[in-house]
Amino acid sequence: MDYNFNFGVVWRNFDLLLSGLALGLGLALVSIAIGCVIGLALAFGMVSRNRLLRALASIYVTAIRNTPILVIILFAYFALPQLGVRLGKIESFVASLAIYAGAYLTEVFRAGLVALPAGLREAGLAIGLTEMQARRYLTLPVMLRNVLPSLSNNFISLFKDTSLAAAIAVPELTFYARKINVESFRVIETWLVASLLYVLTCYVIAALLRQAERRLAIPA
Amino acid sequence: MELQQFLSEVWIARNALIAGLGNTLAISALAIVAGTLLGILVGLAATYGHAALRVITRLYTDFLRGTPVFVLILACFYILSVIGVQLTAFQAGTFALALFCSSHVGEILRGALQAIPKGQVEAAKSIGLTFPQTFLHVLMPQALRQILPTWVNVATEIVKGSTLLSIIGVVELLLAVQQVIARNFMSLEFFFLAGFLYFLINFALERLGRYLERKVALPT
Repeated sequence: MDYNFNFGVVWRNFDLLLSGLALGLGLALVSIAIGCVIGLALAFGMVSRNRLLRALASIYVTAIRNTPILVIILFAYFALPQLGVRLGKIESFVASLAIYAGAYLTEVFRAGLVALPAGLREAGLAIGLTEMQARRYLTLPVMLRNVLPSLSNNFISLFKDTSLAAAIAVPELTFYARKINVESFRVIETWLVASLLYVLTCYVIAALLRQAERRLAIPA
Repeated sequence: MELQQFLSEVWIARNALIAGLGNTLAISALAIVAGTLLGILVGLAATYGHAALRVITRLYTDFLRGTPVFVLILACFYILSVIGVQLTAFQAGTFALALFCSSHVGEILRGALQAIPKGQVEAAKSIGLTFPQTFLHVLMPQALRQILPTWVNVATEIVKGSTLLSIIGVVELLLAVQQVIARNFMSLEFFFLAGFLYFLINFALERLGRYLERKVALPT
């Protein structure tokens, strides 16, 4: 193997890669935020006593979790216009990732809700809170703390899914890496730097969420 | 009327769709089998290896798990040909998926092995079992039961990840569907069909996993 490493072209385009990374993080943040709202709503649906709600929520989760995200992205971008819904690249990607995130986060929140002792809600009702208040002040805060570790795994994998935005030409990190790769043929350098950027970002996200976990922990 | 047209289009494209489905199944099966075998080695090295070996496996799994699958696929596709390993897009993509699978299997196996109480290994030693015997008869049966549900999740991730090979030009199910759409412009219907087929594959995998879980569960 005679390959001469030359990172020059990668460093010259490093600001492009960083701007791509920033866009990816932004996409992930917005999609995850929307996904959390979907996830919370559906998680309460899944543990509710209403059969119809339970069925609808679990159909959503099963269907979306078993469908490749790329199919959802292409569907949102290429097929929705047929129904008269025209979204830009970024909007349709955010919508796809949010829907996908919603399914995964529902599972996380549901597991958190199921794991709570029933006494928590009952104690709230006993001191005169309404159902809604018990949820807001007891169930949610305790559940969210408990699920933080699995949330962090999901956030990381959803952030990695932003690389698929390159498939519909959203200029994020993978998109620019491919561009640099094709233009310069510095193949190994480009992909090495791109994946290291992803790996580092994942580490940072994990560290931040661990920090949040410690901050938010209920003092023993 | 529209349904009839859709069905006739599906009928016209049946050979392409079946060939694509076959490719998807072949890619997934190869990647899962190869990735699992490699992952078992990784998991063993990460649990019982020398300190140096453990550091290497740690870097291996962290790097592969921190990089998006899409980036892995593109990197394998471009890099391998540059360093003189001539693989087809199919082979390079499957290789990338297998690497991804191995890092996840390695990690869950390590978790499962470490969860087994030390006393069992000591007990096995004291009745005169060698390490391979201990592994085969004491550790592996417990670890396998433990990792089965997560392993099925990884397998469905691989099936979903196989769609990414469409971007490097492997005519698997998603690219076959896109080619059909390019001819008849029925993007809504055909993307839906693609999503549904992937759903069926993954749903079947999940059911199979549940069945195996019940089958191998220890009687309580």
